Amino acid sequence: MKEEKDFYKLEKKIVLFKEEIEKIQSSEEKDKKTKITRLQREIEREWAEISPSLTPLNIVQMARHPQRPYTLDYIDYLSEDFMELHGDRRAADDPAIVAGFGFYRGRTAAFIGHQKGRTTRKRIERNFGQANPEGYRKALRVMKLAEKFHFPVITLIDTPGAYPGIQAEERGQAEAIACNLKEISQLKVPVVNVVIGEGGSGGALAIGVGDAILMLEYSFYSVISPEGCAAILWKDQRAVAKAAENLKIRAQDLMDLGIIDKIIPEPPGGAHIDSQQTFKNVDKELNLTLKRLERKTPEERLEERYRRFREIGVFIEK
Amino acid sequence: MANLWTRCNNCRHIIYKQDILENLSVCPACNFHFRLSALDRLRMLLDEGQYNLIDQNIFPVDPLGFEDSVKYSKRLEESKNRTSLADAVLNAEGTLGGIPVIISAMEFGFMGGSMGSIVGEKITRAAEKVLRERLSLIIVSCSGGARMQEGALSLMQLMKTSSAVAKLNEAGLPFISVLTDPTTGGVTASFAMLGDINIAEPNALIGFAGPRVIEQTIKEKLPKGFQSSEFLLRHGMLDDIVERKNLRPYLIRALRLLLNRPQ
Repeated sequence: MKEEKDFYKLEKKIVLFKEEIEKIQSSEEKDKKTKITRLQREIEREWAEISPSLTPLNIVQMARHPQRPYTLDYIDYLSEDFMELHGDRRAADDPAIVAGFGFYRGRTAAFIGHQKGRTTRKRIERNFGQANPEGYRKALRVMKLAEKFHFPVITLIDTPGAYPGIQAEERGQAEAIACNLKEISQLKVPVVNVVIGEGGSGGALAIGVGDAILMLEYSFYSVISPEGCAAILWKDQRAVAKAAENLKIRAQDLMDLGIIDKIIPEPPGGAHIDSQQTFKNVDKELNLTLKRLERKTPEERLEERYRRFREIGVFIEK
Repeated sequence: MANLWTRCNNCRHIIYKQDILENLSVCPACNFHFRLSALDRLRMLLDEGQYNLIDQNIFPVDPLGFEDSVKYSKRLEESKNRTSLADAVLNAEGTLGGIPVIISAMEFGFMGGSMGSIVGEKITRAAEKVLRERLSLIIVSCSGGARMQEGALSLMQLMKTSSAVAKLNEAGLPFISVLTDPTTGGVTASFAMLGDINIAEPNALIGFAGPRVIEQTIKEKLPKGFQSSEFLLRHGMLDDIVERKNLRPYLIRALRLLLNRPQ
């Protein structure tokens, strides 16, 4: 078995270049621009060497990178005057999912996404982006509100999966996910999904389907985590790389399978090296996609949304 | 001669096999419900055991070239030989108390009843046929969840099947979901929880995450009876628990009530 290179080792040089850029930016040096451009060239050159041989597991590591932009970072860039709404009106408010309204290029839009924490304390508070049923029910409540006011829904996907806990089961984790799928299939307003990091199984799906699924170049979307798959099928944690490879979880794989609509390119080094450029790329595709969907009638969208998933699957018909 | 006798997994009684079979595969001593094959399920539920299999013309493939210790294509072959089925669900048309229905019955013996492209497609076709011909839909679930070997294609079957059964709402056509041991993962998180009426056989394991995954996550022992039918009924996820011998009359009653539309 070929040895798997850790992504953090691969990106070492790029991280150093990036730190140098940041140092120059905050300094009083002359020639700042030239120096930064030179360093950016270095990053590009380094990335051109690394990126072609990234393994699926490397991409999983990138999608989970602790410096990668999270949902609220995107909302902050994309939306003006974002107003977060809380609670599912049943039991609780789930901090693993944020939802609310904000202006997006003039119109009001609902923004809904999994949220991870940046510090240990925040990570625990956000439950590592693993939602409970209340999170999915809050998401659905805000989607229905968007429908009432004819606003489009933009979702941002970044979760290891739905939380596997006792209370989650008691309060109907499966029912909450199933209910969202059913309701999204009938929602009259445009729904665009952007996978920004981890697309972990049913927990991602519950807010990760709609009229168009866009995926960042180094995000992934999978039926099970590579770790879970390795444990069940290989009964061996060392098989994680093989599981990641077999599951075909990269954006390009999902594009080839006809599941997603668009791959959004990431800057050299990945989203965490240049988040501003990442936000710009997301904004551009999101805008194009929304415009295309808003030209259609609700009936057309619902019909196409149904067809879109109806046609996913590979089998022989005789 | 040992074959004539078997031991109940639950009460450990040694029982004459024929007695179990004649009792709908339920232990006569302790009422333990053994798993039923999809075919036995159809025979047991439909009038006079008469069923007409439909959607038999589609067959699974290995779209990802998936290989763990065994190739997926080989697993499919083995399951086919063992169960004589093409994949993990059978669709049938027939009548229940004279009411025309489509039943999708899942087969746990075929790769743990897992849902890949075929199961998703057949559940969808069942719902679409019900919609087209204005029938009633009954799905008997028995599944470990989405089929890993078809990757994200399996995951998307959750949306595909949920969208299909959602269409029955507007059309006012009944969908009764019967959950049997076990129903977990992606099947619970899609059509199985979306019935107009959700019922389960006694003491079935039903949940989203598997018990082992939960135990590893929270690092505690799970309470007794966790994720059993009785647990789900208590937490409001089921309409009732129905013993196998009462299942047929229950479904007929429910359909008669739901189909008695005001003129």
